[in-house]
Amino acid sequence: MLRYALRRLISLGVTLLVASLVIFLALEVVPGDPAAYMLGVNARPDTLAALRAELGLDQTPPARYAAWVAGMLTGDLGLSYTYRTPVVDMIVERLQVSLPLAVYALALSTLIAFPAGIWAAARRGSVVDVVVMGVTQLGVAIPNFWFAMLMVLVFSINLRWFSAGGFPGWEAGVGPGLKALTLPAVALALPQASILARIMRSALIETLSEDYIRTARAKGLSRGQALWRHALRNAMIPVLTIIGLQFSFLLAGVIIIENVFFLPGLGRLVFQAIAARDLIAVESVVMFLVFAVVVVNFAVDLAYAWVDPRLRGRR
Amino acid sequence: MKPFRMAMLAGVMTMAAMAAHAKSSLVVGLQLEPPHLDPTSAAAGAIDQVLYANVFEGLTRFGADGSVGPGLAESWDISEDGLIYTFHLRAGVSFHDGTTFDARDVKFSLDRARDENSQNAQKALFSGIESVEVVDDLTVRVTLSAPDGGFLFNMAWGDAVIVASESITEIKQKPVGTGAFRFEDWVQGDRITLVRNPDYWGTPAQLEEATFKFISDPTAAFAAVMAEDVDAFPGFPAPENLPQFEADPRFQVLVGSTEGETVLAMNNKLKPLDDVRVRKAIVHAIDRQAIIDGAMFGLGTPIGTHFAPHHPDYVDLLDQSAYDPELSKKLLAEAGYADGFTTTLKLPPPSYARRGGEIIAAQLRAVGIETEITNLEWAQWLEEVFRGRDFGLTIVSHTEPLDIGIYARPDYYFQYDSAEFQEMYAALTGETDPAKRSDLLASMQRRIAEDYVNGYLFQLATPTVANAKLRGLWIDMPTQAIDLTGVYWTE
Repeated sequence: MLRYALRRLISLGVTLLVASLVIFLALEVVPGDPAAYMLGVNARPDTLAALRAELGLDQTPPARYAAWVAGMLTGDLGLSYTYRTPVVDMIVERLQVSLPLAVYALALSTLIAFPAGIWAAARRGSVVDVVVMGVTQLGVAIPNFWFAMLMVLVFSINLRWFSAGGFPGWEAGVGPGLKALTLPAVALALPQASILARIMRSALIETLSEDYIRTARAKGLSRGQALWRHALRNAMIPVLTIIGLQFSFLLAGVIIIENVFFLPGLGRLVFQAIAARDLIAVESVVMFLVFAVVVVNFAVDLAYAWVDPRLRGRR
Repeated sequence: MKPFRMAMLAGVMTMAAMAAHAKSSLVVGLQLEPPHLDPTSAAAGAIDQVLYANVFEGLTRFGADGSVGPGLAESWDISEDGLIYTFHLRAGVSFHDGTTFDARDVKFSLDRARDENSQNAQKALFSGIESVEVVDDLTVRVTLSAPDGGFLFNMAWGDAVIVASESITEIKQKPVGTGAFRFEDWVQGDRITLVRNPDYWGTPAQLEEATFKFISDPTAAFAAVMAEDVDAFPGFPAPENLPQFEADPRFQVLVGSTEGETVLAMNNKLKPLDDVRVRKAIVHAIDRQAIIDGAMFGLGTPIGTHFAPHHPDYVDLLDQSAYDPELSKKLLAEAGYADGFTTTLKLPPPSYARRGGEIIAAQLRAVGIETEITNLEWAQWLEEVFRGRDFGLTIVSHTEPLDIGIYARPDYYFQYDSAEFQEMYAALTGETDPAKRSDLLASMQRRIAEDYVNGYLFQLATPTVANAKLRGLWIDMPTQAIDLTGVYWTE
């Protein structure tokens, strides 16, 4: 188990290093000067030069890359070009929206998907199965931002149950905070839950046809007992993989939803920073997201080993 | 029984009084968020929208009609030769942090803006200043190197507001000004809150609190206004939804003019656009009304030169560039392009450019000119078009007030180089007599229209959607400001 974890850890480090280089190079290539963007069309050359010097843009790209990576190793993600505040503080502030939103959406998605998937698999071919399959088909097909707009129309504009967006901040209380995140979380969760339910169902159906389930049934276990005791645990590997991927997706992929609901989260930050060519903020936030994804995958790898003892010895 | 009834009555009356007492907070929706909160070191219009007149004030200030009036300077004297401006400052003014406003703050602000290391996006506003002297606590003497008829106008810009040396280091996060509102809080990515300044030197604001909420997505903006999450949305980004708001008694739609001359800019140094006949042909191929209707949903006033039609010195030159595709074809044939030619059309993100660009491309195709359209982000546009001058045609709105002076800069991105125009502009800068200034401005407008430097399309209009009970909002935008000092709720 330890060697397995160590190996994963090394590959994690290499992934991060490669990612940092790719991110930096990609943004180097993108045309657009942050200083020119900030000062606009009437800026004088000497003013531009003064700002570029202050932002450190007059240094060579390798020097800037080195400074960035060195800073990151000590936990310093740099100073935003536009906001002029440490990027770390910005990430921490935005995470207070994005992380709860991702967790909320994932919880909703899991809470919907597990019962639906298990139920559909247990009653394969029944009405329940057909309904679950039909609804999830729809859920996968509907784009989440469109579904979000639809919910805003119904619940915010017509019924006035929720505000159309925005976030009051946690200092306003947990209740109002969660309420503000509910529509976005539902919008994010619906497609995720649909995918997860389908995976859950097919993984269960597959394990249910394995020999050891037949053996278990032959020993006298009921269909339900066999499902809960033997099939479910074995069906968890693909489900865990999907949950891991979904969490990464939710954390990094909320840009559109955050814009639809004008939430001050990480996605919105990246969106604004790209337009303003706040390169250091984009680089650091993307790097942070890569880090989060890699760490989640690492955790999922460990979880595999936990649910499937065979993996511990094999690698 | 009686006391109980009295109490009941008192309770009901209090409730009624509370209901009748007008609302005193306001939520304003804005599409763009300020990058930081120092109006004197960035071009972003969003900074001025939140802070101009509300938090920061200058020596002079713009009124709702674009006129320049006294701000922190109560009055001023101008020397005979037009070189020395003596400003008499208001007494008893203090900054929000409690420090006193006096002549030293004015000197500090102006010197900082024209300093070698200044990061002022409009440094040109201060380039004529030779020295700034503190005469006494409430008197400042500014000496210019040459007479400048536009000096008081320049001092009204958001880039020329007065800041204090005591609070300058934190200005980008915690702006400290002298205005009717104090900066309270900024939740980045979400909102900025201002509260009423109880110690304001002038008429206090009627609102106790104002929140600016940043909603960039047009659909989200629509939903936020419809759900009454925001009370007013200046520069509402979805003009296609305006009829819906107009029909709804809960809302009022105010359509105002801006300082944005929207032009089809042409690279005057690039073949074949360096030929005035070709530029003239392009201009005559354009049907402005079709663009205003098709791209702007009818909002916008056609212009025939680079000047705001609401300005008293505007000259109507629309006839000179009327829609006439036959004339276009003839001109192209004369210039040797009877079969047309191909050029680039680079479009920045705003819808006037993206939507307008498609329509212009079709109109140009009708006279034989093919365009290769490229959509650019602002940062790319600045790099490629504005700085790199790598373009044939582009569409952009020049939003600075009274900015005809850009035609006197031969290195400006459209590269118009006319000695005659440059002389006129130099004469205008030195002229302080209003009548002569008007004459000069008129000839300058004619000059650029006759040279067909750019295709002048329309003056950008700005729609504000607001709660029907709100009063005192600016309708026109003489500068990018959302002045809340006179805003109040009825009922």
